[in-house]
Amino acid sequence: MRPEAIEAMQPFLADVYANPSGSHRFARDVRRAIDEARDAVGAVIGCKPGEVIFNGGGTEGDNTAIFGAVRRIQAMGGAATAVCSAAEHHAVLHCVEHLAPRGAGIVVGTDGGGCIDTDELADVVRRLMAEGSVPVVSVMAVNNEVGSITPLDEVARVVRAAAPNAILHTDAVQAACWLDLAPLTASVDVLSLSSHKFGGPKGCGVMFQRAGVEIEPLIFGGGQERDRRSGTHNVAGIVATAAALVATAAERATESARIAELRSELVSGLLAIGGVSATVPADRSVPGIAHLCIEGIENEALLFLLDEAGLCASAASACASGAMEPSHVLAAMGVPRELARGALRLSLGHTTTRSDVTSAVGIIGTAVARLRSHTRA
Amino acid sequence: MSGGVDSSVAAALMQREGHHVVGVTMRLWGGESDTGCCSVSDVDDARRVAQQLDIDHLVFNFSDDFQEKVVDPYVHAHATGVTPNPCIECNRSLKFSRLTERADALGFDAVVTGHHARLVRNTNGEMRVHRGGDAAKDQSYVVHMLTGRELERTLFPVGHMTKAEVRALAAELGLRTAAKPDSQDVCFIPTTGGRETFLGKRIPFHSGRVVDTEGHDVGRVDAVELVTIGQRRGIGLYKTEAKRFVVDVDTTSRTVVVGTEGDLQRTGLALHSMVWAGGSPESGRYRVQCSAHGASLPCAVEVIDGDRVQVTLDQPHRRVAPGQSAVLYDESDSYVVAGGLVSAASAWPASVGATA
Repeated sequence: MRPEAIEAMQPFLADVYANPSGSHRFARDVRRAIDEARDAVGAVIGCKPGEVIFNGGGTEGDNTAIFGAVRRIQAMGGAATAVCSAAEHHAVLHCVEHLAPRGAGIVVGTDGGGCIDTDELADVVRRLMAEGSVPVVSVMAVNNEVGSITPLDEVARVVRAAAPNAILHTDAVQAACWLDLAPLTASVDVLSLSSHKFGGPKGCGVMFQRAGVEIEPLIFGGGQERDRRSGTHNVAGIVATAAALVATAAERATESARIAELRSELVSGLLAIGGVSATVPADRSVPGIAHLCIEGIENEALLFLLDEAGLCASAASACASGAMEPSHVLAAMGVPRELARGALRLSLGHTTTRSDVTSAVGIIGTAVARLRSHTRA
Repeated sequence: MSGGVDSSVAAALMQREGHHVVGVTMRLWGGESDTGCCSVSDVDDARRVAQQLDIDHLVFNFSDDFQEKVVDPYVHAHATGVTPNPCIECNRSLKFSRLTERADALGFDAVVTGHHARLVRNTNGEMRVHRGGDAAKDQSYVVHMLTGRELERTLFPVGHMTKAEVRALAAELGLRTAAKPDSQDVCFIPTTGGRETFLGKRIPFHSGRVVDTEGHDVGRVDAVELVTIGQRRGIGLYKTEAKRFVVDVDTTSRTVVVGTEGDLQRTGLALHSMVWAGGSPESGRYRVQCSAHGASLPCAVEVIDGDRVQVTLDQPHRRVAPGQSAVLYDESDSYVVAGGLVSAASAWPASVGATA
């Protein structure tokens, strides 16, 4: 977590402990902290404070946006269909797949760069309109695995042209550190963020819901967050989230430039190993994610060797058992299975230094050489 | 580390001896069922035991290999009237092949499991798989396929112990798996629905005629693919009679032959896909064991070629279903000499729809 976030949450862990939903003095003091957090977040993401909802994270935001929009339309007597690309984070993809057997979910293809196929999306949206079903379209701003940036304004244009009444959501969890969120917020109806991706605490998030857009809440109860997300406020988490987002936004431009340079060194160092390819070109990727495919190795074995050498990396998401799953993102992008087997994902952030990059290149080179020399017969 | 008490204690013993131990659980099947060994809840148990022992715990995803080497062949076998033992194929292709290769690639010196079997060096300096210290739990049968280099890089630390001793040690060490029941089921077959539901989704079932040893129609089965040699129940007889057993199954002609217990008795057993511990096949007198917990039987074995042998039992025994593993032990019934699969080739009279 960012020091600003840790510092901001401290008072709320021990001394300032009132439930903000009360009416007494102590509650009002805490309430104020949340109101200020809300204002700060609204200012960064470019929306009204009333359009900011604090929740339990990006996954919750994604679920709320998709299920909530579909259910609201259905409750009003209409038909709705959720649409997303095959490369979406599971927090979006599994929601759409859950709706698919009931005829209320469609998964669309991805281009070779990891972004949604806008032609296919346009066709699907037009067809849904013709069938009288409102499209609830979810398109991630940045792919969490390979780092590709979606041209969201283009997607919004395509969707709105085909279906003016469509609900458009974006999972912007991976965008917060690297992109100005205001233009994203302006293009969509709903947006999800996860606090831990910008130096805040895990288990906290923010959802933007444009005024006038109707979504059924996922969680019912005491009516917090204007009935949109009930449950006692995670005060410390909310305050830390706002502090982290403000600090991140303040240094976003300089950090992006610094990290982009480090990423470039990292990627060239790794390409020099030979038999290594960058999955997404640098100009289409956020600086914080470097995804590569390494020929002739199994990434499960590579990660073990890297871990032993003090380098923590990943390849794809893990399943409930803790085992790595084959990447659905690479599959959606059409990356051949053999190549996907050698996928490596490295992330860079506010603590990354040049010396980290140099060490990483060395460690990875050694591990790759070792595994390649030990190929199975 | 399968999440069971044996592998938990095996890890503890290696650690106690001062080795650098890393616990690994293989993710093999993530589909429906997820019981049996290496399930998601077993992974949790394995991980927590590893934490108790303060060793690293990793999960390797070998589900592709498992599908290809264990599940697909299991399904295909049923379609052709063969009764496979998938746990043996898992040992052959995953535990002692894929996993040992991964261990080699990562620079490890040995793969350790909790199997109840002992590895003993003979007078020629070669490692052999010996029966475990607990006769009732002996697993030499299921690890019989280990040879040569694999044996040099495998360790069975609990192999000389009885099950009771293993559990006692686990309890003494405070391991959470000390009282955990042993898993018996095939890990990819759900308990609800069982084999029938699993296979029903993957292969077509064909109804077949049930005939007696003289070729007379005596019944009908809905799925000849689900019928196993030796089976007594569910064999579709029109009339209930005195004990009848399935003595032969032919999926090609879709015929099931039933007979008396006497009709099931055989002295001949043809084996293929032989693996010899000593490397080269050798005819002679041995003892043969045809199931995981069955007794071994005295027999004479004649080598036909590098892949096949003909076993002649001293005493007749119930016919063993093709596809099952048969393991040859030395005459003193101490160590594995060879192992193979029971052939479909049978000595059944051709007039009643013999197998190929």
